[in-house]
Amino acid sequence: MNAVRKQRLVVVVFVLAGAAATLAFAMLALRENVNLFYEPAKVASGEAPVGERIRAGGMVRAGSVVHDDTGLGVRFVVTDHRGHDFEVRFAGILPGLFGEGQGVLATGVLAADGVFRADEIVAKHDENYMPPELEGILPATH
Amino acid sequence: MATSPRRTRGWLRETFHKAGSPRWFFAGSRAWMFGLYVFGGALVLVGSVWGLAFVPPDRLQGDSFRIMFVHVPAVHVAQSVYLAIAVAGLVFLVWRMKMADMFIAAAAPVGLALTAAALATGIIWGMPTWGTGWVWDARTVSTLVLLLLFFGLVALRQAIARSERAALAVSLLAVVGVVNLPIIKYSVEWFTTLHQPPSIRLGQRPAIASVFLWPLGLNALGYYCLAGAAVIAALRTRIVEREAGADWVRQWLAGAARAKAP
Repeated sequence: MNAVRKQRLVVVVFVLAGAAATLAFAMLALRENVNLFYEPAKVASGEAPVGERIRAGGMVRAGSVVHDDTGLGVRFVVTDHRGHDFEVRFAGILPGLFGEGQGVLATGVLAADGVFRADEIVAKHDENYMPPELEGILPATH
Repeated sequence: MATSPRRTRGWLRETFHKAGSPRWFFAGSRAWMFGLYVFGGALVLVGSVWGLAFVPPDRLQGDSFRIMFVHVPAVHVAQSVYLAIAVAGLVFLVWRMKMADMFIAAAAPVGLALTAAALATGIIWGMPTWGTGWVWDARTVSTLVLLLLFFGLVALRQAIARSERAALAVSLLAVVGVVNLPIIKYSVEWFTTLHQPPSIRLGQRPAIASVFLWPLGLNALGYYCLAGAAVIAALRTRIVEREAGADWVRQWLAGAARAKAP
């Protein structure tokens, strides 16, 4: 490689390294803003702000879903299966994939009593895909 | 007989020089283009019919997961196209090889279309499963950035009148934009997102049942072939445009005209 090309290569590598470093620092600094939602541990520890409109999510604890008499009201416990959980109350239409043991993402306000009052619920599905007849035969990844 | 490193280097160098010759590429690429169109088309046809009509539904999502057979190959090939464009950008910046620049011009619209398809299918998929078509999480935003990068590669070239200047600017954008690729890949691991983590990781057992993996693999390979064919076709057009004054292009045009005449 001749000298001119070598020099161009060095310049390009430096530009790329500079861009990558800038972006890495920016993302590191903005990490909390890039995160879409608060996990159960952050809600339980008080890191999630109270009284503000936020998103919080985790897994719906099996057996915790209780529907009220109107049919639209529901409350359930969101957990990370590591000892952190919080209660969610919601009135409205749940997404098709909502279910016990499934991922969930709630948008709403965390009250001082630790109850999350959601005005929007979306389902967070996992990365496992399998036909119904294989369920229980194939090990899930987590 | 084992080839010596020197001989391998010589072969590499020769291929590199040949690839830089528009005439050599134009002469040899026609058969490749048709072959990739036919082979890729057949793969996508088989993979899509298989995936959409014959594999069983997913245990949770039912039939709506079948859009995966379009979504995953589209987004995967789109990122590969970007990586190829970034390498071509590096080659242009260092060696000023005009074929590298023409490759970027030919491939950017293909990447743009694939990324648009990936985002559109993602939105359509999200509506029945997540319960929302769009959230501003790290995965969706970084993929949107990929779309804007492809758009920028197309627009920047048209915004600069002098083609040499445009080629330099486009190549630089192509190289710098490559930092977005690891962000797309790791967005679902570094940050909390609504988008699920990857189902297929290197060195790990896939989280997708093998009955689904076959049509997915066929479609992915087919998308690669079709994208390759589309890029070759666009590149051939660029070559004829750019080399319109060259003798070999005139001869080829005259030959093509004779073949068309009754």
